[in-house]
Amino acid sequence: MAKPKLKQHLIKRSWCKGCGICVEFCPKHVLELDALDKAIAARPEDCICCRLCELRCPDLAIEIETE
Amino acid sequence: MAVKDYIRERFFPHLWCPGCGHGIVLNGLLRAIEKLGLSKNEIVMVTGIGCSARIAGYVDFHTLHTIHGRALAFATGVKLSRPELKVIVPMGDGDALAIGGNHFIHAARRNIDMTAIVMNNRIYGMTGGQFSPLSGCGVIATTSPYANIDNDFDVVELSKAAGATFVARTTTYHVKEISDFIRKAILHEGFSVVEILTQCPTYFGRKNKEGEAADMLRRYKEITTPIGSDAKKENPDLIERGIFLQKENPEYCSEYNAIIQQAMKG
Ligand SMILES: Cc1ncc(C[n+]2csc(CCOP(=O)(O)OP(=O)(O)O)c2C)c(N)n1
Ligand code: SF4
Ligand code: SF4
Ligand code: SF4
Repeated sequence: MAKPKLKQHLIKRSWCKGCGICVEFCPKHVLELDALDKAIAARPEDCICCRLCELRCPDLAIEIETE
Repeated sequence: MAVKDYIRERFFPHLWCPGCGHGIVLNGLLRAIEKLGLSKNEIVMVTGIGCSARIAGYVDFHTLHTIHGRALAFATGVKLSRPELKVIVPMGDGDALAIGGNHFIHAARRNIDMTAIVMNNRIYGMTGGQFSPLSGCGVIATTSPYANIDNDFDVVELSKAAGATFVARTTTYHVKEISDFIRKAILHEGFSVVEILTQCPTYFGRKNKEGEAADMLRRYKEITTPIGSDAKKENPDLIERGIFLQKENPEYCSEYNAIIQQAMKG
């Protein structure tokens, strides 16, 4: 199976509570919290689409869309 | 169906605190249901009272949000009248094993086909951080400011001894195990227990100086190990994760039906 290729990080800003779990455990340090404490994909080019952020988000706020 | 099709989006963002592990349990549960490909009409979720119990509001299945400690009693009624439905009963540690302890052991003893999920944050979250029967010695809680002196239950041992036929444990760090174990528990015919260690950063974390939600998750990684690992032999204090028991025993609804058939013959 070919490696999934990232299309985009879908982050629901109104659902994200800025807990930082996705940021802390992303193996490629792709994510950060912005000035409003919302998750953002700061380095999307490094994402390996492992979906760990999506699976660990307690608020169902982040989704990995692949091509 | 996608995960978003199984939730009631109108109630999001949910009311759990930032970083609350209950949301990760919800996330893992939804993945399990998605993988099983169940339709929303086949599932009944029954909960009692607690932060954990609020989970029933967020899923778009048949849901009953009942009274503290009694979720399994309501679930037993549902399952006996509609045995073809999949019954899932998420409970907090207080809900399941303090006020609800008696229902818990007897539902296990009957081996009635349902999936009990113990969302174990070792504290009463909803009412402000009192200790529970799963807190254990040394824990600081609102009701034990100088450290708790009550021993805790081991949910796995308790469930096995009471008669459950599927017993598993994992944590909110180990998200793939959450969905894997819940999926297997739902497929298992009999009383299934999945204990999930889940962080309450607001009360347990703050009172016991365990840091932020992410620190509590990292701790779950450090203090647990797969069943039978070498690490456990070296450090007996590690908490084991995995499926501890999976066995076939007569299931309560089937036995009940057999008795009805027998009685009908006169
Ligand atoms: C009969 C009854 N007794 C007590 C309460 C108060 N009460 C509400 S939730 C709760 C405990 C919640 O703790 P737990 O079940 O561990 O769930 P959590 O909130 O930590 O998820 C208690 C004692 C109640 N609602 N009903
Ligand atoms: S895990 Fe979810 S809620 Fe927490 S910061 Fe990341 S996107 Fe936001
Ligand atoms: S999918 Fe994996 S690599 Fe990509 S942002 Fe999420 S956790 Fe990081
Ligand atoms: S009080 Fe604890 S259990 Fe309740 S929502 Fe907040 S973090 Fe979760």
